[in-house]
Amino acid sequence: MALDDLKTSATEGRLSSMTLPDVGCTAEARQDALARVRAMGLPQRRDEYWKWTRPDTFVQTEAPRASLFHMDETPLFDAVDRLKIVFVDGVYSAERSDDLSLEGVQIDRLEDICCTDEHWAEDLYGTLEAAGQVPVERPLAALNTAFAGDGVAIRVTGKVSKPISLMYTHESEVSDVFLHHIIRVETGAELTILENGPAAARFNKCMEIDIADGGTLHHVRAQGRDHERRAVTHMFARLGEESVFKSFTLTANGVLTRNEAVVELTGDNAVVHIAGACVGDGDFHHDDTVFITHKGVNCESRQVFKKVLCNGATGVFQGKILVKQSAQKTDGYQISQSLLLDEDSQFYAKPELEIYADDVACSHGSTSGAIDEDALFYLRARGVPHDMATDLLTLAFLAEALDEIEDEALAADLYTRLEGWLVRRRHG
Amino acid sequence: MLEIKGLKVKLEEEDKQILKGVDLTVEAGKVHAIMGPNGSGKSTLSYVLSGRDGYEVTGGSATLLGDDLLDMETEERAAAGLFLAFQYPVEIPGVGNMTFLRTAVNAQRKARGEEEMSAAEFLKVVRAKAKTLKIDADMLKRPVNVGFSGGEKKRNEILQMAMLEPKMCILDETDSGLDVDAMKLVSEGVNALRDEGRGFLVITHYQRLLDHIKPDVVHIMADGRIVKSGGPELALEVENNGYADILAETA
Ligand SMILES: Nc1ncnc2c1ncn2[C@@H]1O[C@H](COP(=O)(O)OP(=O)(O)OP(=O)(O)O)[C@@H](O)[C@H]1O
Ligand SMILES: [Mg+2]
Repeated sequence: MALDDLKTSATEGRLSSMTLPDVGCTAEARQDALARVRAMGLPQRRDEYWKWTRPDTFVQTEAPRASLFHMDETPLFDAVDRLKIVFVDGVYSAERSDDLSLEGVQIDRLEDICCTDEHWAEDLYGTLEAAGQVPVERPLAALNTAFAGDGVAIRVTGKVSKPISLMYTHESEVSDVFLHHIIRVETGAELTILENGPAAARFNKCMEIDIADGGTLHHVRAQGRDHERRAVTHMFARLGEESVFKSFTLTANGVLTRNEAVVELTGDNAVVHIAGACVGDGDFHHDDTVFITHKGVNCESRQVFKKVLCNGATGVFQGKILVKQSAQKTDGYQISQSLLLDEDSQFYAKPELEIYADDVACSHGSTSGAIDEDALFYLRARGVPHDMATDLLTLAFLAEALDEIEDEALAADLYTRLEGWLVRRRHG
Repeated sequence: MLEIKGLKVKLEEEDKQILKGVDLTVEAGKVHAIMGPNGSGKSTLSYVLSGRDGYEVTGGSATLLGDDLLDMETEERAAAGLFLAFQYPVEIPGVGNMTFLRTAVNAQRKARGEEEMSAAEFLKVVRAKAKTLKIDADMLKRPVNVGFSGGEKKRNEILQMAMLEPKMCILDETDSGLDVDAMKLVSEGVNALRDEGRGFLVITHYQRLLDHIKPDVVHIMADGRIVKSGGPELALEVENNGYADILAETA
């Protein structure tokens, strides 16, 4: 189908300002991705999939300026024994990163992927992203595949002793960054990936995740505390038999965030949990878009999203479970809820189920509401001051999403951060 | 201790008068009981005293140890020593019972300028008190009242009361939903708190509770007023004859 003129000119306008980077041996994949971008066109406000989130600032040539944020607390995950990989405004920093050798895992930068040595990631770059363009187009992910300047390829072959921590800092107010990571978890291997930080004024990140039979990947991410940054992120995951993928994202602040997760359960008995908690005050727009396809038999998928919104903040949830005919005994669950702390905030949700198998159990629910007045009164009647009671109830609301994190210490740390956010919100 | 004079209350949203001039004084060290037909305004009185939204005081006063209750926020009333055991305790998913209790105890202490209870001390005290009320460790860990049976919720109210050591305790139908053994447990819990410096206002429909918690004074509330007060024998009269006679004689 031919694109309309507006879309074509917006897309070509953006593309004309960019040059394909020459990184490793990804050139062919990048050419293909560029062709996909041209065929799909970059998203526009009128696109159904962008009904509630304006894509303009992701598409426009210049990244809107985002002032820098100065952290006044210990960075998240600091207490965790982990292998750090640091990107500053989208560029890998060798000084700030740890040595990349770790038992059970091979870590390379994108530029190390060379055709001549038959690198394992060679055939993966852009593959899951390309596959994830059907049935819904995600042009910003293809744009990422084409233009990503940096990123890592992580191959897990055993049980890794500590988490790998991807840390993103931004030191320029105008940084415009594309990062692309590839993660391959081999049969029976297991890894935890942590991600933390705002990355850039405008950040486009794509992560392709391939989990072989019996592999396990835990993913815990926090998107920083910067107020003005924008981010569009995609996770494309393919799960083999009896594999497990659990991902949790914490988002506080940020003017605009769109997190997409596209997961395909190909093997039988696989498990995927995608969860997120976000808190937004004022100029804040957060969009979780999830698409889970069940192909294997007896797979489980869970989506748990909680949003706390106030002062005109906006939350969006688009979540789909697609159960193919082959996917008998699917267990699918999806919940998206928002807590609106005032009447100025809004939440839009589109939960979708599309089921072609007959023996499945799928449920979904979406709610939007205010603080429970009865609970608030009960707490106050026991002497808990109004504000403290409100915070306690707000954290209780978020708890169901945080409970999705398996590592209790990590969950407790994130909980404390949310507590801090609530207190700061009140005291300026 | 608690002094209520000519208290008149209407609903905020509707033009409906619920309390039509309540006079009631509970002295320190005494137990007063309130009985009365359904809908006579007993719970409303307890809610208004604790500061729940939705009601408008149109006349009269209520003081606790001389301080104007109606002028305080709900949490200030609690810190000043007022406690209401709810007729329908509220479920709070996501907030652990233990966290809830400790937050409440320490918030009150802080408001009164007292030192907060350490985690270790709190644990010791709460375990001991929970044990006497047959509240097990699992109930302490679970979210507040979530999935508790009716009787467990009421026992949990008494545990909160025991932990908070209030000066003035209002118990709204704490006996409803309790089996015979639980009734004894709860009554023992209440009696253990009876003290020279503490007042009780026990709202109930049944003599049974008053067999365990012996009241000094019994009041009958009807249509938003205290229509009759007397000794413990008044409760027996209600038990035997219902309200018809009393209402007829006071009409
Ligand atoms: N928020 C409210 N909205 C509407 N009506 C109310 C409200 N609160 C109280 N009422 C009405 O006020 C009257 C008194 O209610 P209240 O709950 O105080 O009675 P009660 O004496 O505690 O009764 P019961 O013995 O059944 O517990 C009832 O008619 C009740 O319907
Ligand atoms: Mg009542």
